[in-house]
Amino acid sequence: MEQTISFTLNGKPASVVADGERMLLWVLRSDLALTGTKFGCGEAQCGACTVIVDGEAVRSCVTPLKDVAGKHVLTIEGLESGGQLNALQQAFVKHHAFQCGFCTPGMVINAYALLLKTPLAKREEIVKEMDGNLCRCGAHVRILDAIEEAGVAMHGGKQ
Amino acid sequence: MKPNPAIEPGSNAASEISRRDVLTLAGTGLVVLFSTEEAQARTQDEKIPERPTFPTDFNAYLRIAPNGRVTGLAGKIEMGQGSKTVLAQLIADELDVDYGVVDMVMVDTAVCPWDMGTFGSLNVRQYSLLVRAAAAEARAVLLQMASEKLGVPVNELTVRSGVISAKTAAGKHVSYGQLVDGKKIERHLAKVPVKAYPALGLSKQHLERKDAVAKVNGSAEYSADIKLPGMLYARILRPPAHGAKLKSANTEAAEKAGARVIRDGDLVAVLHPRPDVADHLLSLVKAEFDTPKSDVDEKSIFAHLEKTALPPTVVKQQGSIPEGEKQAASVVEQTYLNAYVAHAPIETHSALASFENGRVTVWASTQTPFPLREEIAAALKLPQSSVRVIVPYVGGAFGGKAPSSQAIEAARLSKLAGKPVQVVFDRAEEFFYDFFRPAAIVKLRTGLTADGKISSWDCQLIAGGDREALPFYAFSNQRTVSTGSWGGGNGKGMHFFGVGAWRAPSVNTNTFARESHMDILAAKAGVDPVEFRLRHLTNVRMRLCLETAAKRFGWKRGKAPAGHGQGVALGMDVNTYCATVAEVSVDKATGTVKVHRMVVAMDPGVAVNPDGALQQMEGATTMGLGYALTEGLRFQGGQIHDHNFDTYVLPRFSGVPKIECILIETPGATAEGCAEPPVVTVGAVLANAIFDATGARILELPMTPERVKAALARV
Repeated sequence: MEQTISFTLNGKPASVVADGERMLLWVLRSDLALTGTKFGCGEAQCGACTVIVDGEAVRSCVTPLKDVAGKHVLTIEGLESGGQLNALQQAFVKHHAFQCGFCTPGMVINAYALLLKTPLAKREEIVKEMDGNLCRCGAHVRILDAIEEAGVAMHGGKQ
Repeated sequence: MKPNPAIEPGSNAASEISRRDVLTLAGTGLVVLFSTEEAQARTQDEKIPERPTFPTDFNAYLRIAPNGRVTGLAGKIEMGQGSKTVLAQLIADELDVDYGVVDMVMVDTAVCPWDMGTFGSLNVRQYSLLVRAAAAEARAVLLQMASEKLGVPVNELTVRSGVISAKTAAGKHVSYGQLVDGKKIERHLAKVPVKAYPALGLSKQHLERKDAVAKVNGSAEYSADIKLPGMLYARILRPPAHGAKLKSANTEAAEKAGARVIRDGDLVAVLHPRPDVADHLLSLVKAEFDTPKSDVDEKSIFAHLEKTALPPTVVKQQGSIPEGEKQAASVVEQTYLNAYVAHAPIETHSALASFENGRVTVWASTQTPFPLREEIAAALKLPQSSVRVIVPYVGGAFGGKAPSSQAIEAARLSKLAGKPVQVVFDRAEEFFYDFFRPAAIVKLRTGLTADGKISSWDCQLIAGGDREALPFYAFSNQRTVSTGSWGGGNGKGMHFFGVGAWRAPSVNTNTFARESHMDILAAKAGVDPVEFRLRHLTNVRMRLCLETAAKRFGWKRGKAPAGHGQGVALGMDVNTYCATVAEVSVDKATGTVKVHRMVVAMDPGVAVNPDGALQQMEGATTMGLGYALTEGLRFQGGQIHDHNFDTYVLPRFSGVPKIECILIETPGATAEGCAEPPVVTVGAVLANAIFDATGARILELPMTPERVKAALARV
């Protein structure tokens, strides 16, 4: 049943008239034209659709729209400020921590949620948190390097 | 900029390359191309319908704007391999403009030069020759134009950052943008030499990838991201198995719930302005199929392959197998198997088609935009000139997006619906319609002399194909026969679904068998696996790869780190040489293999873009972990049992080891591919390291915990 669902999207108020049972991924991509969040599997198996809801990384392909009512949703499009890449995005660029780039928004967002909580996450912790995000091109080692380095930068450059 | 520390100088030995490419480099200087006369004449002789070919006018490859920005036009797609970056780099180098002013358009069939498709690392080893030649000719023409404009002889001019200046007369200069003045350059020069690689200024610098920012901020567009007003999302009724025939389809409930249904023969599609709603509506369609039955599955497939295979043909015969076996103290026979493997790019096949006024534009994730244009034209009965294919960024392909049926479906549906239509496979469709790496068998029978020399090598290939099947070792008595392949030549009913090119087609299969077998022979001869290979290797480039990888790894005969195993494997793919050394441990209770470290040394001749080459080496090595350890398709007849990543397991962060890559360059050699060679060694290098760790020899890929445990039980 269609209803108006309001939430904060990338820092701005957003309102959607839609069936609350629809998955957030499709509302973002088709109703709101935010296509940075990707479809990869539809069953929370690959992580390409990851967004942050109230500070937690979630798989938007299995998150009903009604579950984000009144909450803060952050997508890949919301990471830049003033047209500048954030520290994590910059580290992905510096390390060329991607190839085809299709899993990258999900990787960046999933890692950002981790670093918000634990900027100085140890390598093993990063591996554990990223393990549900699939990359077929094999950029894994570079992605881990980028996250580790960005955590330090986000922590004011101090280890 | 500092030179890349990952590059080590190679040997000065003469290259042993036999080029198979259409275009040839003479030495390292002059490129002979832009002559299509011979090919055209033969086309007329044979009355073959005229086919597109590479344009000969350099304007087809690049444009210079009045503000000095250069647009490179290429028929190659960017699917992650870095083609956009390396082609921009080469254009900047040849033209003497800054890398930052070069933009690439790849691919829009309406403006880009024809190409057959993006595969086999052809971007650097073949296509870059065209692009460099075009840029070199353009530069020479611009110098001539500047000479006339400035009244200074060409040999007294110099170019820097797109500005031509007189070497002596201060102040006399003109920019490319001013010379071209927004017009097409009509002047041409014949056979302008390209710069030799050492003179290319950017090739040893770290360049930011052209796609970097767009890919980390979410603005990079893939086919499924393209929006058009009024577009509909289609979900298509699919059969439960390959070979199933549609008996009936009742779409009433879907239509009642708001679906627009289109039926065209066996094509039954449900369309809606929202993609997820279309997906739900498809679930309301009730359909019946006649489904053929078969008992063949991933376990019984190998007997089926043998039963259905056509008689083999001889790939190579040299010396005499019986003579070689007479010299042998022992004859060692072994059979190697590998499963069907999926491409499984994270981006599923996607397309948006817009049919309007007898013309169709299709945005598609495809590796073959120009052949796809022909297919769409045929399907819609349109002239090719009425079909335009645009390829945005492609989210991984690995050979799997050479076929692009989703784009044809989108085009047909758009024509029937009168609106733009998107077709995006879900993950189950992506598995179902994949053209898998074929399950395959390699049988080896070899003679080993009392002093540890291989006196005969008799190889039989079934279903995998013969690419790089011939051993690069010096064997005087050898024979290789082959039947069937990823590209055809298969017996009737051999496969129940599509097979096709999977990153380095044939070569993963053939390298697993050859390099596993070399290890078995080394063990039998009581010789260290590195030493055993060196004894049979005369190829200096391969020897250097092996020695370099072993040295970096710290290889010591019989001395893997405590409790671990070490393994080595060599591989090549079209003139690029590669050696991989790996360290593993095995949990004997669970059969789980942990890969700790991999060292890869590769010689592609010239590494045009070293960081790009390293990305390919790391990526290929990582991807190889999948077919080696976890990836094998489950099926029964035409039914595909893997629908998602819960059962079809790709390499994950927790399984990726420390990977160290070393690039070796060989002076005087041509630049070859980097994307394939390091993937081909992974099966054997891990099998060999597992053997070293446990004494268990695994002969079938993937080496799942069950297979490892079974092999351990046999020790």
